[in-house]
Amino acid sequence: MSTATHSLPRTIGAHAVLLTYTVIALFPVIIVIMNSFKSRAGIFGAPLTPPTPKTFDLIGYTTVIGQGDFIHYFQNSLVVTVASLFFVLLFGAMAAFALSEYRFRGNSLMGLYLALGIMIPIRLGTVAILQLMVASGLVNTLTALILVYTAQGLPLAVFILSEFMKQVSDDLKNAGRIDGLSEYTIFFRLVLPLVRPSMATVAVFTMIPIWNDLWFPLILAPSEETKTVTLGAQLFLGQFVTNWNAILAALSLAIMPVLILYVIFSRQLIRGITSGAVK
Amino acid sequence: MAAAPKRPFRWHIVVFLAPAVLVYSAIMILPLAGTLQLSLFRNIDQSQIFVGLANFRTLFGDPNWSVGFWNALRNNVWFFIIHMIVQNPIGVLLAALLSSPRLRFSAFYRTAIFVPTILSFVIVGFAWKLILSPLWGVAPNLMDLVGLKSLFTPWLGKEQYALTTLSLISVWQFVGIPMMLIYAALLSIPEEVIEAAECDGITGMSQFWKIKLPLILPSIGIISILTFVGNFNAFDLIYTAQGALAGPNYSTDILGTFLYRAFFGFQLQVGDPNMGAAIATMMFLIILGGVCVYLFLVQTRLRRYQF
Repeated sequence: MSTATHSLPRTIGAHAVLLTYTVIALFPVIIVIMNSFKSRAGIFGAPLTPPTPKTFDLIGYTTVIGQGDFIHYFQNSLVVTVASLFFVLLFGAMAAFALSEYRFRGNSLMGLYLALGIMIPIRLGTVAILQLMVASGLVNTLTALILVYTAQGLPLAVFILSEFMKQVSDDLKNAGRIDGLSEYTIFFRLVLPLVRPSMATVAVFTMIPIWNDLWFPLILAPSEETKTVTLGAQLFLGQFVTNWNAILAALSLAIMPVLILYVIFSRQLIRGITSGAVK
Repeated sequence: MAAAPKRPFRWHIVVFLAPAVLVYSAIMILPLAGTLQLSLFRNIDQSQIFVGLANFRTLFGDPNWSVGFWNALRNNVWFFIIHMIVQNPIGVLLAALLSSPRLRFSAFYRTAIFVPTILSFVIVGFAWKLILSPLWGVAPNLMDLVGLKSLFTPWLGKEQYALTTLSLISVWQFVGIPMMLIYAALLSIPEEVIEAAECDGITGMSQFWKIKLPLILPSIGIISILTFVGNFNAFDLIYTAQGALAGPNYSTDILGTFLYRAFFGFQLQVGDPNMGAAIATMMFLIILGGVCVYLFLVQTRLRRYQF
Protein backbone atom coordinates (compact mmCIF):
# COMPACT_ATOMS: atom_id res chain seq x y z
CA MET A 1 0.00 0.00 0.00
CA SER A 2 2.98 2.30 -0.02
CA THR A 3 3.05 5.01 -2.62
CA ALA A 4 5.46 7.79 -3.38
CA THR A 5 3.86 10.11 -0.85
CA HIS A 6 3.01 7.53 1.81
CA SER A 7 6.05 5.53 2.70
CA LEU A 8 5.91 2.38 4.74
CA PRO A 9 7.44 3.81 7.96
CA ARG A 10 4.92 6.61 7.92
CA THR A 11 2.03 4.17 7.54
CA ILE A 12 3.34 2.08 10.41
CA GLY A 13 3.72 5.19 12.51
CA ALA A 14 0.15 6.25 11.80
CA HIS A 15 -1.14 2.82 12.78
CA ALA A 16 0.94 2.84 15.94
CA VAL A 17 -0.47 6.18 17.10
CA LEU A 18 -4.06 5.28 16.22
CA LEU A 19 -3.78 1.85 17.81
CA THR A 20 -2.33 3.34 20.99
CA TYR A 21 -5.15 5.81 21.24
CA THR A 22 -7.73 3.10 20.50
CA VAL A 23 -6.35 1.12 23.43
CA ILE A 24 -6.57 4.20 25.67
CA ALA A 25 -10.16 4.81 24.55
CA LEU A 26 -11.37 1.25 25.01
CA PHE A 27 -9.32 0.05 27.95
CA PRO A 28 -11.52 1.39 30.80
CA VAL A 29 -14.62 -0.04 29.17
CA ILE A 30 -13.02 -3.43 28.65
CA ILE A 31 -11.60 -3.55 32.19
CA VAL A 32 -15.01 -2.83 33.69
CA ILE A 33 -16.89 -5.38 31.59
CA MET A 34 -14.21 -8.03 32.05
CA ASN A 35 -14.12 -7.73 35.81
CA SER A 36 -17.88 -7.68 36.17
CA PHE A 37 -17.84 -11.42 35.39
CA LYS A 38 -15.41 -12.28 38.16
CA SER A 39 -15.61 -13.18 41.80
CA ARG A 40 -14.45 -10.70 44.40
CA ALA A 41 -11.14 -12.50 44.78
CA GLY A 42 -10.68 -12.45 41.02
CA ILE A 43 -11.41 -8.73 40.79
CA PHE A 44 -8.79 -7.82 43.33
CA GLY A 45 -6.30 -10.66 42.71
CA ALA A 46 -5.81 -10.18 39.00
CA PRO A 47 -7.72 -7.18 37.69
CA LEU A 48 -5.98 -7.19 34.32
CA THR A 49 -6.69 -10.75 33.25
CA PRO A 50 -9.91 -11.98 31.62
CA PRO A 51 -12.15 -14.17 33.78
CA THR A 52 -10.94 -17.76 34.05
CA PRO A 53 -13.16 -20.71 35.02
CA LYS A 54 -11.73 -20.30 38.51
CA THR A 55 -12.60 -16.61 38.89
CA PHE A 56 -15.81 -16.56 36.82
CA ASP A 57 -18.76 -15.45 38.91
CA LEU A 58 -22.10 -13.78 38.18
CA ILE A 59 -22.75 -12.65 41.76
CA GLY A 60 -22.58 -8.98 40.73
CA TYR A 61 -25.32 -9.37 38.17
CA THR A 62 -27.61 -11.29 40.50
CA THR A 63 -27.20 -8.56 43.14
CA VAL A 64 -27.98 -5.77 40.69
CA ILE A 65 -30.98 -7.50 39.17
CA GLY A 66 -32.28 -8.36 42.63
CA GLN A 67 -31.82 -4.83 43.99
CA GLY A 68 -32.31 -2.20 41.35
CA ASP A 69 -35.29 -1.79 39.09
CA PHE A 70 -33.12 -1.30 36.04
CA ILE A 71 -35.61 -2.55 33.49
CA HIS A 72 -38.06 0.08 34.64
CA TYR A 73 -35.41 2.83 34.53
CA PHE A 74 -34.47 1.66 31.10
CA GLN A 75 -38.06 2.01 29.92
CA ASN A 76 -38.22 5.54 31.33
CA SER A 77 -35.06 6.54 29.50
CA LEU A 78 -36.36 5.01 26.32
CA VAL A 79 -39.72 6.80 26.54
CA VAL A 80 -38.09 10.15 27.29
CA THR A 81 -35.47 9.85 24.56
CA VAL A 82 -37.78 8.60 21.83
CA ALA A 83 -40.54 11.10 22.59
CA SER A 84 -38.16 14.07 22.79
CA LEU A 85 -36.45 12.96 19.61
CA PHE A 86 -39.77 12.71 17.81
CA PHE A 87 -40.83 16.22 18.84
CA VAL A 88 -37.43 17.76 18.15
CA LEU A 89 -37.35 16.28 14.66
CA LEU A 90 -40.97 17.11 13.81
CA PHE A 91 -41.11 20.63 15.26
CA GLY A 92 -37.55 21.38 14.23
CA ALA A 93 -38.14 20.32 10.63
CA MET A 94 -41.36 22.31 10.45
CA ALA A 95 -39.73 25.48 11.74
CA ALA A 96 -36.68 24.94 9.55
CA PHE A 97 -38.94 24.60 6.53
CA ALA A 98 -40.78 27.82 7.35
CA LEU A 99 -37.50 29.70 7.80
CA SER A 100 -35.78 28.37 4.70
CA GLU A 101 -38.74 28.28 2.31
CA TYR A 102 -40.77 31.44 2.85
CA ARG A 103 -39.78 35.06 2.82
CA PHE A 104 -41.71 36.94 5.44
CA ARG A 105 -41.09 39.86 7.72
CA GLY A 106 -38.99 38.90 10.73
CA ASN A 107 -37.61 35.77 9.10
CA SER A 108 -33.96 36.31 9.95
CA LEU A 109 -34.87 37.70 13.36
CA MET A 110 -36.81 34.51 14.09
CA GLY A 111 -33.84 32.47 12.89
CA LEU A 112 -31.54 34.34 15.25
CA TYR A 113 -33.98 33.96 18.12
CA LEU A 114 -34.12 30.21 17.62
CA ALA A 115 -30.34 29.97 17.20
CA LEU A 116 -29.77 31.64 20.57
CA GLY A 117 -30.31 28.34 22.31
CA ILE A 118 -27.39 26.67 20.50
CA MET A 119 -24.93 28.70 22.51
CA ILE A 120 -26.80 29.40 25.74
CA PRO A 121 -27.33 26.16 27.66
CA ILE A 122 -30.83 25.50 28.96
CA ARG A 123 -29.40 24.49 32.33
CA LEU A 124 -28.93 28.13 33.28
CA GLY A 125 -32.71 28.47 33.42
CA THR A 126 -33.05 25.54 35.82
CA VAL A 127 -34.22 27.62 38.78
CA ALA A 128 -37.19 29.00 36.86
CA ILE A 129 -37.84 25.72 35.01
CA LEU A 130 -38.26 23.97 38.35
CA GLN A 131 -40.68 26.67 39.52
CA LEU A 132 -42.61 26.34 36.28
CA MET A 133 -42.83 22.56 36.63
CA VAL A 134 -43.90 22.84 40.27
CA ALA A 135 -46.57 25.38 39.33
CA SER A 136 -47.92 23.18 36.55
CA GLY A 137 -47.74 20.02 38.61
CA LEU A 138 -45.31 18.32 36.24
CA VAL A 139 -42.57 17.59 38.77
CA ASN A 140 -41.73 13.89 38.82
CA THR A 141 -43.36 13.20 35.49
CA LEU A 142 -41.67 12.10 32.30
CA THR A 143 -43.60 14.87 30.52
CA ALA A 144 -41.44 17.46 32.27
CA LEU A 145 -38.28 15.81 30.97
CA ILE A 146 -39.69 15.44 27.46
CA LEU A 147 -40.64 19.13 27.36
CA VAL A 148 -37.23 20.24 28.57
CA TYR A 149 -35.33 18.03 26.17
CA THR A 150 -37.52 19.08 23.27
CA ALA A 151 -36.72 22.72 24.00
CA GLN A 152 -33.05 21.84 24.45
CA GLY A 153 -32.79 20.02 21.13
CA LEU A 154 -34.79 22.42 18.95
CA PRO A 155 -32.24 25.21 18.31
CA LEU A 156 -29.57 22.96 16.82
CA ALA A 157 -32.17 20.96 14.90
CA VAL A 158 -33.65 24.08 13.31
CA PHE A 159 -30.21 25.40 12.47
CA ILE A 160 -28.88 22.24 10.82
CA LEU A 161 -32.13 21.32 9.07
CA SER A 162 -32.71 24.75 7.55
CA GLU A 163 -29.20 24.62 6.05
CA PHE A 164 -30.12 21.36 4.39
CA MET A 165 -33.59 22.42 3.32
CA LYS A 166 -32.17 25.36 1.42
CA GLN A 167 -30.57 22.82 -0.89
CA VAL A 168 -33.82 21.11 -1.86
CA SER A 169 -34.55 22.13 -5.44
CA ASP A 170 -37.10 24.92 -5.89
CA ASP A 171 -38.22 23.41 -9.18
CA LEU A 172 -39.44 20.34 -7.41
CA LYS A 173 -41.47 22.32 -4.89
CA ASN A 174 -42.86 24.63 -7.56
CA ALA A 175 -43.83 21.63 -9.69
CA GLY A 176 -45.73 20.36 -6.66
CA ARG A 177 -47.45 23.73 -6.26
CA ILE A 178 -48.49 23.77 -9.91
CA ASP A 179 -49.96 20.29 -9.41
CA GLY A 180 -52.08 21.81 -6.68
CA LEU A 181 -50.36 20.30 -3.64
CA SER A 182 -50.88 22.21 -0.43
CA GLU A 183 -47.86 23.61 1.43
CA TYR A 184 -48.30 20.87 4.05
CA THR A 185 -48.21 18.12 1.45
CA ILE A 186 -45.14 19.65 -0.13
CA PHE A 187 -43.41 19.62 3.24
CA PHE A 188 -44.40 16.12 4.34
CA ARG A 189 -44.35 14.35 0.96
CA LEU A 190 -41.60 16.11 -0.99
CA VAL A 191 -39.17 17.83 1.35
CA LEU A 192 -39.04 15.57 4.41
CA PRO A 193 -38.03 12.42 2.50
CA LEU A 194 -35.26 14.36 0.77
CA VAL A 195 -33.69 15.61 4.00
CA ARG A 196 -33.83 12.24 5.73
CA PRO A 197 -30.01 11.89 5.94
CA SER A 198 -29.70 15.21 7.74
CA MET A 199 -32.52 14.17 10.07
CA ALA A 200 -30.28 11.26 11.07
CA THR A 201 -27.48 13.68 11.90
CA VAL A 202 -29.77 15.77 14.04
CA ALA A 203 -31.14 12.64 15.71
CA VAL A 204 -27.67 11.58 16.78
CA PHE A 205 -26.72 15.00 18.10
CA THR A 206 -29.98 15.22 20.01
CA MET A 207 -30.17 11.69 21.35
CA ILE A 208 -26.81 11.22 23.07
CA PRO A 209 -27.06 14.18 25.47
CA ILE A 210 -30.66 13.30 26.34
CA TRP A 211 -29.93 9.68 27.11
CA ASN A 212 -26.87 10.58 29.19
CA ASP A 213 -28.24 13.62 31.03
CA LEU A 214 -28.07 13.53 34.81
CA TRP A 215 -28.92 17.14 35.71
CA PHE A 216 -32.61 17.33 34.76
CA PRO A 217 -33.65 13.84 35.94
CA LEU A 218 -31.93 14.65 39.24
CA ILE A 219 -33.78 17.95 39.61
CA LEU A 220 -37.11 17.48 37.85
CA ALA A 221 -37.89 13.78 38.16
CA PRO A 222 -35.98 12.05 40.94
CA SER A 223 -38.87 9.84 42.09
CA GLU A 224 -38.61 6.06 41.91
CA GLU A 225 -41.34 5.97 39.26
CA THR A 226 -39.63 8.34 36.84
CA LYS A 227 -35.92 7.63 37.31
CA THR A 228 -33.94 7.32 34.12
CA VAL A 229 -31.14 4.81 33.68
CA THR A 230 -28.48 7.46 34.19
CA LEU A 231 -29.95 8.66 37.47
CA GLY A 232 -30.75 5.12 38.62
CA ALA A 233 -27.18 4.01 37.96
CA GLN A 234 -25.82 7.06 39.77
CA LEU A 235 -27.87 6.40 42.91
CA PHE A 236 -27.27 2.67 42.80
CA LEU A 237 -23.53 3.19 42.49
CA GLY A 238 -23.56 5.63 45.37
CA GLN A 239 -25.33 3.07 47.54
CA PHE A 240 -23.08 0.11 46.85
CA VAL A 241 -19.70 1.77 47.17
CA THR A 242 -18.13 -1.23 48.81
CA ASN A 243 -19.78 -3.99 46.79
CA TRP A 244 -17.42 -4.06 43.85
CA ASN A 245 -19.12 -6.97 42.13
CA ALA A 246 -22.42 -5.10 42.08
CA ILE A 247 -20.86 -1.82 40.96
CA LEU A 248 -18.97 -3.40 38.09
CA ALA A 249 -22.05 -5.35 37.02
CA ALA A 250 -24.24 -2.22 37.18
CA LEU A 251 -21.72 -0.27 35.11
CA SER A 252 -21.57 -3.06 32.55
CA LEU A 253 -25.35 -3.19 32.37
CA ALA A 254 -25.41 0.54 31.75
CA ILE A 255 -22.67 0.36 29.13
CA MET A 256 -23.84 -2.63 27.13
CA PRO A 257 -27.15 -1.45 25.61
CA VAL A 258 -25.56 1.81 24.43
CA LEU A 259 -22.51 -0.03 23.16
CA ILE A 260 -24.55 -2.59 21.23
CA LEU A 261 -26.72 0.13 19.65
CA TYR A 262 -23.61 2.10 18.83
CA VAL A 263 -21.87 -0.83 17.13
CA ILE A 264 -24.99 -1.49 15.05
CA PHE A 265 -25.52 2.14 14.03
CA SER A 266 -21.99 3.49 14.13
CA ARG A 267 -21.70 3.61 10.35
CA GLN A 268 -24.78 5.83 9.97
CA LEU A 269 -23.83 7.83 13.03
CA ILE A 270 -20.34 8.66 11.84
CA ARG A 271 -21.53 9.33 8.31
CA GLY A 272 -24.14 11.64 9.80
CA ILE A 273 -21.60 13.57 11.81
CA THR A 274 -19.13 13.93 8.98
CA SER A 275 -21.72 14.83 6.35
CA GLY A 276 -23.46 17.20 8.74
CA ALA A 277 -20.24 18.95 9.59
CA VAL A 278 -19.10 19.32 6.01
CA LYS A 279 -22.13 21.34 5.09
CA MET B 1 -43.06 38.68 -4.80
CA ALA B 2 -44.84 41.24 -6.94
CA ALA B 3 -48.33 40.46 -5.70
CA ALA B 4 -47.41 41.04 -2.09
CA PRO B 5 -50.14 43.52 -1.11
CA LYS B 6 -52.97 41.30 -2.31
CA ARG B 7 -51.59 38.06 -0.96
CA PRO B 8 -53.77 36.44 1.69
CA PHE B 9 -52.23 35.91 5.08
CA ARG B 10 -50.09 32.79 4.87
CA TRP B 11 -51.35 30.76 7.79
CA HIS B 12 -49.15 27.80 6.97
CA ILE B 13 -46.04 29.76 8.01
CA VAL B 14 -47.57 30.26 11.44
CA VAL B 15 -48.54 26.60 11.64
CA PHE B 16 -45.03 25.50 10.70
CA LEU B 17 -43.34 27.82 13.17
CA ALA B 18 -45.74 27.72 16.09
CA PRO B 19 -44.90 24.40 17.81
CA ALA B 20 -41.15 24.97 17.84
CA VAL B 21 -41.40 28.61 18.86
CA LEU B 22 -43.95 27.91 21.61
CA VAL B 23 -42.06 25.04 23.24
CA TYR B 24 -38.73 26.82 22.88
CA SER B 25 -40.03 30.08 24.31
CA ALA B 26 -42.00 28.53 27.16
CA ILE B 27 -39.39 26.04 28.36
CA MET B 28 -36.16 27.75 27.44
CA ILE B 29 -36.30 31.49 26.88
CA LEU B 30 -38.87 32.45 29.51
CA PRO B 31 -37.24 30.38 32.28
CA LEU B 32 -33.88 31.83 31.30
CA ALA B 33 -35.31 35.33 31.58
CA GLY B 34 -37.11 34.29 34.77
CA THR B 35 -33.85 33.09 36.28
CA LEU B 36 -32.11 36.35 35.43
CA GLN B 37 -35.03 38.18 37.03
CA LEU B 38 -35.05 35.98 40.14
CA SER B 39 -31.46 36.93 40.79
CA LEU B 40 -32.69 40.46 41.56
CA PHE B 41 -35.17 39.30 44.19
CA ARG B 42 -34.88 37.85 47.63
CA ASN B 43 -37.28 35.77 49.67
CA ILE B 44 -38.18 37.81 52.75
CA ASP B 45 -41.05 36.60 54.95
CA GLN B 46 -42.38 34.19 52.32
CA SER B 47 -42.60 36.80 49.60
CA GLN B 48 -40.26 37.78 46.82
CA ILE B 49 -38.95 41.31 47.35
CA PHE B 50 -37.01 43.24 44.74
CA VAL B 51 -33.55 43.88 46.13
CA GLY B 52 -31.66 45.12 43.07
CA LEU B 53 -28.12 43.84 42.95
CA ALA B 54 -27.99 42.82 46.61
CA ASN B 55 -27.63 39.12 45.77
CA PHE B 56 -24.59 39.91 43.65
CA ARG B 57 -23.19 42.05 46.44
CA THR B 58 -23.55 39.01 48.71
CA LEU B 59 -21.99 36.75 46.10
CA PHE B 60 -18.91 38.95 45.71
CA GLY B 61 -18.78 40.66 49.10
CA ASP B 62 -19.70 38.01 51.65
CA PRO B 63 -16.68 35.75 52.19
CA ASN B 64 -19.02 32.76 52.72
CA TRP B 65 -19.99 33.07 49.07
CA SER B 66 -17.20 34.93 47.32
CA VAL B 67 -14.45 32.47 48.33
CA GLY B 68 -16.49 29.62 46.89
CA PHE B 69 -17.38 31.54 43.77
CA TRP B 70 -13.85 32.60 42.86
CA ASN B 71 -12.59 29.12 43.66
CA ALA B 72 -15.19 27.59 41.35
CA LEU B 73 -14.44 30.11 38.60
CA ARG B 74 -10.68 29.54 38.86
CA ASN B 75 -11.17 25.78 38.73
CA ASN B 76 -13.49 26.16 35.77
CA VAL B 77 -10.91 28.21 33.87
CA TRP B 78 -8.27 25.56 34.54
CA PHE B 79 -10.74 22.87 33.43
CA PHE B 80 -11.19 24.75 30.15
CA ILE B 81 -7.45 25.35 29.64
CA ILE B 82 -6.70 21.63 30.02
CA HIS B 83 -9.37 20.87 27.44
CA MET B 84 -7.95 23.39 24.98
CA ILE B 85 -4.33 22.32 25.26
CA VAL B 86 -4.91 18.57 25.40
CA GLN B 87 -8.17 17.79 23.62
CA ASN B 88 -7.73 19.88 20.50
CA PRO B 89 -4.15 18.84 19.58
CA ILE B 90 -5.00 15.17 20.12
CA GLY B 91 -8.19 15.60 18.11
CA VAL B 92 -6.32 17.26 15.23
CA LEU B 93 -3.56 14.64 15.30
CA LEU B 94 -5.99 11.72 15.21
CA ALA B 95 -8.09 13.34 12.50
CA ALA B 96 -5.00 14.07 10.38
CA LEU B 97 -3.86 10.46 10.67
CA LEU B 98 -7.33 9.10 9.94
CA SER B 99 -7.76 11.23 6.86
CA SER B 100 -4.58 10.04 5.19
CA PRO B 101 -5.64 8.27 2.01
CA ARG B 102 -5.63 4.49 1.77
CA LEU B 103 -5.27 4.02 5.50
CA ARG B 104 -6.57 0.59 6.42
CA PHE B 105 -8.95 -0.01 9.33
CA SER B 106 -9.75 3.69 9.53
CA ALA B 107 -13.44 2.91 10.05
CA PHE B 108 -12.48 0.68 12.97
CA TYR B 109 -10.29 3.35 14.59
CA ARG B 110 -12.98 6.01 14.14
CA THR B 111 -15.62 3.82 15.70
CA ALA B 112 -13.45 2.74 18.61
CA ILE B 113 -12.12 6.19 19.49
CA PHE B 114 -15.64 7.61 19.50
CA VAL B 115 -16.92 5.03 22.02
CA PRO B 116 -16.20 7.07 25.20
CA THR B 117 -18.18 10.00 23.81
CA ILE B 118 -21.42 8.04 23.69
CA LEU B 119 -21.11 6.84 27.29
CA SER B 120 -22.78 8.81 30.05
CA PHE B 121 -20.85 10.81 32.62
CA VAL B 122 -22.03 8.45 35.30
CA ILE B 123 -20.36 5.49 33.64
CA VAL B 124 -17.23 7.43 32.78
CA GLY B 125 -16.90 9.00 36.22
CA PHE B 126 -17.36 5.76 38.09
CA ALA B 127 -15.26 3.61 35.78
CA TRP B 128 -12.31 5.98 36.14
CA LYS B 129 -12.86 6.29 39.86
CA LEU B 130 -12.52 2.53 40.15
CA ILE B 131 -9.52 2.34 37.84
CA LEU B 132 -7.65 5.09 39.67
CA SER B 133 -8.61 3.73 43.07
CA PRO B 134 -5.63 2.58 45.09
CA LEU B 135 -7.90 -0.12 46.55
CA TRP B 136 -8.29 -1.92 43.27
CA GLY B 137 -4.82 -1.49 41.90
CA VAL B 138 -5.47 -1.39 38.16
CA ALA B 139 -3.62 1.89 37.71
CA PRO B 140 -0.59 0.95 39.88
CA ASN B 141 -0.38 -2.45 38.17
CA LEU B 142 -0.40 -0.84 34.76
CA MET B 143 2.20 1.70 35.77
CA ASP B 144 4.30 -1.14 37.11
CA LEU B 145 4.37 -2.63 33.61
CA VAL B 146 6.16 0.44 32.31
CA GLY B 147 8.26 0.82 35.45
CA LEU B 148 6.56 3.95 36.76
CA LYS B 149 4.84 2.49 39.77
CA SER B 150 6.58 4.89 42.14
CA LEU B 151 4.75 7.80 40.46
CA PHE B 152 1.32 6.46 41.41
CA THR B 153 -0.75 8.37 43.94
CA PRO B 154 -4.51 8.43 44.44
CA TRP B 155 -4.93 11.30 42.00
CA LEU B 156 -8.62 11.87 42.60
CA GLY B 157 -8.07 12.11 46.34
CA LYS B 158 -5.29 14.69 46.34
CA GLU B 159 -6.18 18.35 46.23
CA GLN B 160 -3.38 19.34 43.90
CA TYR B 161 -4.11 16.63 41.30
CA ALA B 162 -7.86 15.98 41.45
CA LEU B 163 -9.05 18.76 39.14
CA THR B 164 -6.42 18.09 36.48
CA THR B 165 -7.20 14.38 36.63
CA LEU B 166 -10.90 15.04 36.15
CA SER B 167 -10.19 17.40 33.27
CA LEU B 168 -8.13 14.71 31.58
CA ILE B 169 -10.92 12.18 32.11
CA SER B 170 -13.30 14.63 30.46
CA VAL B 171 -10.83 15.09 27.60
CA TRP B 172 -10.63 11.30 27.25
CA GLN B 173 -14.39 11.20 26.96
CA PHE B 174 -14.85 14.01 24.45
CA VAL B 175 -11.82 13.80 22.20
CA GLY B 176 -14.04 12.01 19.66
CA ILE B 177 -15.94 15.21 18.88
CA PRO B 178 -13.00 17.38 17.72
CA MET B 179 -11.62 14.34 15.96
CA MET B 180 -14.82 13.84 13.97
CA LEU B 181 -15.40 17.51 13.14
CA ILE B 182 -11.82 18.05 12.01
CA TYR B 183 -11.85 14.76 10.14
CA ALA B 184 -14.94 15.98 8.28
CA ALA B 185 -13.27 19.32 7.57
CA LEU B 186 -10.16 17.60 6.26
CA LEU B 187 -12.20 15.36 3.99
CA SER B 188 -13.97 18.38 2.54
CA ILE B 189 -10.72 19.92 1.30
CA PRO B 190 -10.88 19.42 -2.47
CA GLU B 191 -8.39 17.19 -4.24
CA GLU B 192 -7.28 20.02 -6.53
CA VAL B 193 -5.94 22.07 -3.63
CA ILE B 194 -3.89 19.13 -2.39
CA GLU B 195 -2.70 18.29 -5.89
CA ALA B 196 -1.70 21.90 -6.51
CA ALA B 197 0.31 21.82 -3.30
CA GLU B 198 1.99 18.59 -4.33
CA CYS B 199 2.88 20.09 -7.72
CA ASP B 200 4.58 22.90 -5.85
CA GLY B 201 6.51 20.33 -3.86
CA ILE B 202 4.66 20.84 -0.59
CA THR B 203 4.06 17.41 0.93
CA GLY B 204 3.92 15.65 4.26
CA MET B 205 4.20 17.77 7.38
CA SER B 206 4.66 21.10 5.66
CA GLN B 207 1.58 20.37 3.56
CA PHE B 208 -0.36 19.87 6.77
CA TRP B 209 0.89 23.06 8.40
CA LYS B 210 0.73 25.31 5.35
CA ILE B 211 -2.29 24.04 3.45
CA LYS B 212 -4.59 21.94 5.59
CA LEU B 213 -4.33 23.63 8.97
CA PRO B 214 -5.37 27.09 7.69
CA LEU B 215 -8.31 25.46 5.95
CA ILE B 216 -9.56 23.72 9.09
CA LEU B 217 -9.11 26.73 11.40
CA PRO B 218 -12.85 27.58 11.27
CA SER B 219 -13.60 24.07 12.53
CA ILE B 220 -11.10 24.47 15.34
CA GLY B 221 -12.80 27.76 16.20
CA ILE B 222 -16.20 26.07 16.39
CA ILE B 223 -14.78 23.27 18.52
CA SER B 224 -13.21 25.79 20.88
CA ILE B 225 -16.43 27.66 21.47
CA LEU B 226 -18.39 24.42 21.89
CA THR B 227 -15.80 23.30 24.43
CA PHE B 228 -16.02 26.66 26.21
CA VAL B 229 -19.80 26.50 26.53
CA GLY B 230 -19.70 22.85 27.54
CA ASN B 231 -17.00 23.38 30.15
CA PHE B 232 -18.57 26.38 31.85
CA ASN B 233 -21.79 24.47 32.04
CA ALA B 234 -20.28 21.15 33.17
CA PHE B 235 -21.62 19.44 36.25
CA ASP B 236 -22.24 15.74 35.74
CA LEU B 237 -18.70 14.39 35.74
CA ILE B 238 -17.66 16.20 38.91
CA TYR B 239 -20.93 15.29 40.64
CA THR B 240 -20.52 11.64 39.73
CA ALA B 241 -16.87 11.27 40.58
CA GLN B 242 -16.55 13.59 43.60
CA GLY B 243 -20.11 14.23 44.77
CA ALA B 244 -21.87 17.58 45.16
CA LEU B 245 -19.22 18.76 47.61
CA ALA B 246 -16.61 18.52 44.83
CA GLY B 247 -13.95 17.18 47.13
CA PRO B 248 -11.27 16.90 48.27
CA ASN B 249 -11.85 20.22 50.06
CA TYR B 250 -13.70 21.86 47.12
CA SER B 251 -10.62 21.50 44.93
CA THR B 252 -12.73 20.22 42.01
CA ASP B 253 -15.63 22.63 42.52
CA ILE B 254 -16.70 24.25 39.26
CA LEU B 255 -19.54 26.66 38.55
CA GLY B 256 -22.04 23.86 37.83
CA THR B 257 -21.51 22.13 41.17
CA PHE B 258 -21.40 25.48 42.97
CA LEU B 259 -24.76 26.39 41.43
CA TYR B 260 -26.20 23.02 42.42
CA ARG B 261 -25.16 23.43 46.05
CA ALA B 262 -26.39 27.02 46.23
CA PHE B 263 -29.74 26.16 44.68
CA PHE B 264 -30.52 22.93 46.51
CA GLY B 265 -28.43 23.26 49.60
CA PHE B 266 -26.19 20.54 50.86
CA GLN B 267 -25.67 19.16 54.33
CA LEU B 268 -25.75 22.21 56.64
CA GLN B 269 -26.23 24.81 53.93
CA VAL B 270 -29.86 25.64 53.12
CA GLY B 271 -30.85 25.90 49.47
CA ASP B 272 -31.48 29.39 48.17
CA PRO B 273 -33.14 29.76 44.73
CA ASN B 274 -32.31 33.45 44.55
CA MET B 275 -28.60 32.94 45.13
CA GLY B 276 -28.77 30.02 42.71
CA ALA B 277 -30.29 32.39 40.17
CA ALA B 278 -27.53 34.92 40.83
CA ILE B 279 -24.86 32.27 40.15
CA ALA B 280 -26.72 31.11 37.04
CA THR B 281 -26.76 34.76 35.90
CA MET B 282 -23.01 34.98 36.33
CA MET B 283 -22.59 31.77 34.31
CA PHE B 284 -24.88 33.24 31.68
CA LEU B 285 -22.75 36.38 31.46
CA ILE B 286 -19.52 34.37 31.26
CA ILE B 287 -20.86 32.14 28.50
CA LEU B 288 -22.38 35.09 26.66
CA GLY B 289 -19.05 36.89 26.91
CA GLY B 290 -17.22 33.90 25.47
CA VAL B 291 -19.69 33.52 22.64
CA CYS B 292 -19.45 37.24 21.79
CA VAL B 293 -15.65 37.09 21.77
CA TYR B 294 -15.91 34.16 19.40
CA LEU B 295 -18.49 35.74 17.11
CA PHE B 296 -17.00 39.22 16.89
CA LEU B 297 -13.28 38.69 17.35
CA VAL B 298 -12.47 35.17 16.21
CA GLN B 299 -14.99 34.32 13.56
CA THR B 300 -14.73 37.58 11.64
CA ARG B 301 -10.96 37.15 11.34
CA LEU B 302 -11.11 33.56 10.20
CA ARG B 303 -11.39 33.31 6.47
CA ARG B 304 -13.87 30.81 5.25
CA TYR B 305 -12.90 29.27 1.95
CA GLN B 306 -15.70 28.38 -0.38
CA PHE B 307 -14.92 25.69 -2.89
